[in-house]
Amino acid sequence: MTDPFPEVEDEAPARSAQGLRTLRLFLWAAVALVAGIGLFALYGEKPAAPEQAVDYADSIGGAFELTASDGSIVTEQTLKGTPYAIFFGFTRCPDVCPTTLARLAQLRERMGAEGDKFRIVFVSVDPGYDKPEDIRRYVELFGTPILGLTGSDAQIAQIVSAYHVFYEKVPVEGGDYTIDHTASVFLMDRAGRLQSLIDHHEDADTSLAKLERLVA
Amino acid sequence: MFRSFCAGSALAGALLLGACDAAPETPTSRIAVSQPWSRETAPGQDAGGAFMTITNSGTADDRLIGGSSSVVGEVQVHNVTLTDGVMRMRQLPDGLAIPAGETVTLAPGGYHLMLMRLTQPIERTGPVPLTLEFERAGSIEVTLAVQSAGAEQPGEVGND
Repeated sequence: MTDPFPEVEDEAPARSAQGLRTLRLFLWAAVALVAGIGLFALYGEKPAAPEQAVDYADSIGGAFELTASDGSIVTEQTLKGTPYAIFFGFTRCPDVCPTTLARLAQLRERMGAEGDKFRIVFVSVDPGYDKPEDIRRYVELFGTPILGLTGSDAQIAQIVSAYHVFYEKVPVEGGDYTIDHTASVFLMDRAGRLQSLIDHHEDADTSLAKLERLVA
Repeated sequence: MFRSFCAGSALAGALLLGACDAAPETPTSRIAVSQPWSRETAPGQDAGGAFMTITNSGTADDRLIGGSSSVVGEVQVHNVTLTDGVMRMRQLPDGLAIPAGETVTLAPGGYHLMLMRLTQPIERTGPVPLTLEFERAGSIEVTLAVQSAGAEQPGEVGND
């Protein structure tokens, strides 16, 4: 009699414990859902994030003035109107530079007539060594027209800064040096804006598709 | 017989292991070089690369420490890495390890011999003689087959 609702009192804590369990489960589900949404936002939508690419593209390229192998002056205005693939390197680079230029030459050949619709531009980041004549002889190795450019230290610094290219002279034993440098190829459209990049590790078909889009 | 004795003692974890290390035969390095090749260079371009496959079928680890050639001022062992889009080439001052029983490939984008201060351009018409220097195996003469400037493979030309 003093305890009119014994079952209820007995049940109440049980029910509230069950309620807590349900709540906890619900909260965990909510956490999982939020985490899932977060992960999806981070990774799921990555392929469709062109806004960032556009911002990046606008920061690449710009004014420069360099000397071609025939002694003529080439600026960003000279190149306007024709898309170009621009690569930074040095003639004494025994590995990545010749590989990259030869690959571009091969891709151009695969494109047939379309391959004539873009320029291949090679800029030396070793102006102390690479004179216009050195660059002419070097680019001639690749059997396709390549516009080889060099300039004064200040002129190279200008274009390197415009393209956000990294380069650094590194001494090796015996008083010689090598140069660390950005190995990507910048694909610039007719207006001189970055359209895409060719990565050294990507396969030839991927690069080919990018070049075909560049000249389209 | 000797081997199974060693295996047995190794399993037992016995101190006899030490005795087995001092095997009756002196470990030796047996180096074979296949498909040594290079890329043509332009006049005035005074550096090139040499690539090859090196197999050590011996029982002792060895190292490729350098080389020499009549058309080159200096030969250095280098490695190229590409990280975050930046190419970095570094000299391996201690040379390149060629462990016993293993094959190491020197190829574009990785290990290579840097041919420095070329006294003449490397031309497709003329194979380049090169003497390799190994820490244990000593000198080994090879002839570099010359491929086009941007070739990524040794081509069909075999050599030993």
